[in-house]
Amino acid sequence: MRASRNGNILQHVDWITIGLFLALVIFGWLNIYGASYTFDQTSIFDFSNRAGKQFAWIIGSVFLGAVLLLIDYKTYDVLAYFAYGAMLLLLLATPFLAHDIKGSMSWISLGPVSLQPAEFAKCIVALAIAKYMGRYDYKIRTWRDLIVPFALIGVPALIIMVLQKETGSALVFAAFLLVFYRQGMSGYVLWMGVAAVALFIISIRWGGLALPLGTGSVGILSCMLLLTAVEIYFICKEHKMRWQLLILTGGVAVIYGICLIINIWVNVPFDWISMGVVIALALYTVFVSIYWRKYMLLIVAAFSVFCIGYTQACDFVFTHVLQPHQRIRIEVLLGMKEDPAGAGYNVNQARIAIGSGRFFGKGYLNGTQTKLQFVPEQDTDFIFCTVGEEWGFVGSLGVLLVYLFFILRLIEIAERQRNVSTQIYAYAVASIFLFHLTINVGMVLGLLPVIGIPLPFFSYGGSSLWGFTMLLFILLRLDAARMEQLR
Amino acid sequence: MINDQFYRRRYVISGIAVGVVLVYIIRLFYLQVIDQSTKDQADNNALVKQTIYPSRGLIYDRNGELLVFNQPIYEITMTMRDMGNNWDTLGFCQCLQISREDFDHRLEEIKDKRKNRGYSRWTPQVFMSQLKKEDIATLQESLFLYPGIQIQKRTLRDYTYKAAAHVLGSVGEVNQNDIDRDNYYTRGDYSGRDGLERTYEKQLRGEKGMEVLMRDSRGRMQGSYQNGDLDKTAVAGTDLYTTLDIRLQMLAEELLCGKIGSAVAIEPKTGEILALVSNPAWNPRVLVGKERSKNYNALLNDKTKPLLNRATQATYPPGSTFKTIQALVCLEEGGITPNTLYPCSGPGSTPIKCTHHHGSPVALDKAIEQSCNPYFWCAFRDVLQKDGYGKENEDFRKRYEIWRNDVMTFGLGKKFTDSDIGDQSSGSIPSTKYFDRFYGKTGWKAITIRSLSIGQGEILVTPLQLANQAATIANEGYYISPHLNRNDSMLTHRHDLNIAKKHFETVKDGMHRVMVYGTGRHYAIDSLNMAGKTGTAQNSHGRDHAIFIGFAPVDDPKIAVAVVVENAGFGATWAAPIASMMMEQYLTGNMKRKDLKQRIAGSVLNESVKKW
Repeated sequence: MRASRNGNILQHVDWITIGLFLALVIFGWLNIYGASYTFDQTSIFDFSNRAGKQFAWIIGSVFLGAVLLLIDYKTYDVLAYFAYGAMLLLLLATPFLAHDIKGSMSWISLGPVSLQPAEFAKCIVALAIAKYMGRYDYKIRTWRDLIVPFALIGVPALIIMVLQKETGSALVFAAFLLVFYRQGMSGYVLWMGVAAVALFIISIRWGGLALPLGTGSVGILSCMLLLTAVEIYFICKEHKMRWQLLILTGGVAVIYGICLIINIWVNVPFDWISMGVVIALALYTVFVSIYWRKYMLLIVAAFSVFCIGYTQACDFVFTHVLQPHQRIRIEVLLGMKEDPAGAGYNVNQARIAIGSGRFFGKGYLNGTQTKLQFVPEQDTDFIFCTVGEEWGFVGSLGVLLVYLFFILRLIEIAERQRNVSTQIYAYAVASIFLFHLTINVGMVLGLLPVIGIPLPFFSYGGSSLWGFTMLLFILLRLDAARMEQLR
Repeated sequence: MINDQFYRRRYVISGIAVGVVLVYIIRLFYLQVIDQSTKDQADNNALVKQTIYPSRGLIYDRNGELLVFNQPIYEITMTMRDMGNNWDTLGFCQCLQISREDFDHRLEEIKDKRKNRGYSRWTPQVFMSQLKKEDIATLQESLFLYPGIQIQKRTLRDYTYKAAAHVLGSVGEVNQNDIDRDNYYTRGDYSGRDGLERTYEKQLRGEKGMEVLMRDSRGRMQGSYQNGDLDKTAVAGTDLYTTLDIRLQMLAEELLCGKIGSAVAIEPKTGEILALVSNPAWNPRVLVGKERSKNYNALLNDKTKPLLNRATQATYPPGSTFKTIQALVCLEEGGITPNTLYPCSGPGSTPIKCTHHHGSPVALDKAIEQSCNPYFWCAFRDVLQKDGYGKENEDFRKRYEIWRNDVMTFGLGKKFTDSDIGDQSSGSIPSTKYFDRFYGKTGWKAITIRSLSIGQGEILVTPLQLANQAATIANEGYYISPHLNRNDSMLTHRHDLNIAKKHFETVKDGMHRVMVYGTGRHYAIDSLNMAGKTGTAQNSHGRDHAIFIGFAPVDDPKIAVAVVVENAGFGATWAAPIASMMMEQYLTGNMKRKDLKQRIAGSVLNESVKKW
């Protein structure tokens, strides 16, 4: 066993994943050449341009991958906490060592190259979490069991967001929610996340829009109606009685009906009425949960009341907490502002680049949008534009499908582990890639606000390429060792 | 394999991944397959279509003399963005010999978005235009000192001779109408505005070429698109060979100096116009370049109306020159024979006086020679009254209509629609309707319209029609529509008259006698065997117009001429010598009568005629 482990690592390593990795890296490299291609460009290997530099990074990353595969798999588990501590120190130190690059304090320059420690933090956090949650006596029973894992992701995320001002890199840690979910965290947490985003969007987008009926805004009323529906759903789900559904919905309908009639003579403050309905239902939920001992319902009640506060807070967060450029990005995305020359410029030019590629694309190195530098950040965060413009729908579809296959393959790998710790790490890897893909491509396609995080293996940059390589090859190393583990 | 309690959650997570990718594929499909707007937006971003202007066709005279050609002019453009900080404004101003104030003022104009809507720091803006080679010579040598400055070449028209302005026409900037009518043009293009430049615009202009260039996000040019596959080379305009004889044209223009009038010469056999002169005229160079609009307005406001092409647009009563047509029509319609005699009492004749003293009675040849008014009145009367007046004046009116149709077959009373001469007047040969309106159907008789018999009254002709009339007589019964393009296809526009050839011989004989014994005898050259007819047209605008038509040599006419000098008096005194000298010039290639030329050219009959 032991002999075969070191001698035949090549036999046990997952070659499909390596193949997908190479395919993505090489295609990404070709597109970096396309994106930074100018008219006096000489060679794809020329080190004075970005494609040439990326080539060096790719060689380095392949070497790094090989090294990671050769290290004893136990090392990663043994060093996890130590590495985590060292990483926190580095993250803390970074803002003091870094130069300000476009408002971000996350780059440390080492001679000719710059490194972004945040890109490596993901991998180390994943290892630490895997170690902590992979203990044989660990199980998610109550929310207390999640305190430590949340702290493990929260601390580096806060450092990166507050000290380094890299909101995008910090948000990536939200990907770990999927890992916790797989390990037993309640699905409601995910739903609450979805609800929080939905409420945020509704209250921001339509919060300023006055109701035609009287005082109040469309945004608040919609949020409250949504909450009312959620409360009724959970009460009836936990306590299955048809009459209850009828009485609750009927009651709410009657209240709104009466308000509408009164509104003919006197302006009714619909904002307050709708909040009142939600609170009344929350009180009823508390009563029901105690009476029938369905304590889960307490969470629903708490959530509803919290959400009322949340919708009120959204506006405050939006106008006071978010930075102006972030606010404008969201406004542009939600169609509240047309600004094709300013904040909307990137998104609009990206849309033009992708759209003008049509079905088969303009051909490699023939993209006018990319070649003539109409899309800023086209070789880093907006690299997917180049794919869309030069390779068309066919090429973009291909890239997305390869990514999907890659992520599904990672989930497949996760599920075949015998070791919980490795499984958790594998899910972390899959979730991080999924998160990057979702946010980056969604941003380029104009479906999500502009959040600057790279498209793994495609975007130009050594730190991100090496960070993702570490993430992936440690998993491949652990996976190759799965047969040796008894448990 | 482990943690079986939550095993199913792998499908939720996989489902999220599949869902996200699916949503993105749908979005991609919308952007790249359904939404059509982005293709154009990308092209608008990146592609600049730059026009390459073809050189305009040249214009030659019938002997291959170059009349109109192109001169290069230069335009200085500046790209603000490339100018940088340490730009030597003073040196630049010295190169162009402009003041610092001019420079600053011009710069302000360029940057004023209201005046210059397309202003951009990244693209070249016109700083000065229509400069001569000598204006930019200094700058060209030191161009490398001034980043952002470019010199662009365009062309303007130039002329070998200061002549034939009306015929050649001019080139100017297109207006909105032209752009709407013909999508070949865009704002700032030039096109022929009048004369041959306008008539043969499509031939002369050639075909614009196009170069598709790529422009980056900052508006800088980055080379050609798709290796120039979409580019189109410009096709130069085709040269135009005109029928003009520039020597003859210039002689006629010189002879008409100081007078208002016109002269037209035609080669009878081909209808080719040898000279087409209208005075006052202008030097064609004044309507070129920077000064064009200023000079054009001055020409427009000149009260002698130089812009009017009198040779084709002004109409005059033909006076006695009409007697040639009268004779032919009366012979053809059987009113008279060459031997018919009518009495003449000289100035005592009624109802029309004779202006000359000659024997009586006279036959046709003598009548033409002496321009006998009573003879033509009698002949005219007899033709119209041949069938009597009939019921309700019907028969007389029918006869008049026949007479009118015969007259119009000479090309009178209508435009030459198959010709390439742009602005023509149709002149007028009054119809029966015209007289009916004035006098009622039964209210007019031969005596009512007697002035028509001697080319006065309601008859109006253009000098071009007069020359064509001379050519028709010279050809003994046909004419080819007068034209300016020396192209054989024009020869198909032949018009034959229904008048017997022998009648023409009679009239030609009479016209020959005019130059031997009659009113034109002082200016005839025997060896050239000229024929002609003078006219002195009374009019309501002052002194009589002097008119002359003629051709030479009689047996094989090579040139037919018509000359009109407004308010000059006797045709024999002013029009005949000009026509005679023109015939001499064309037939012998030389004009020997220098004294006569001096006298005629030096006579100023109208003080307000200005030479432009």
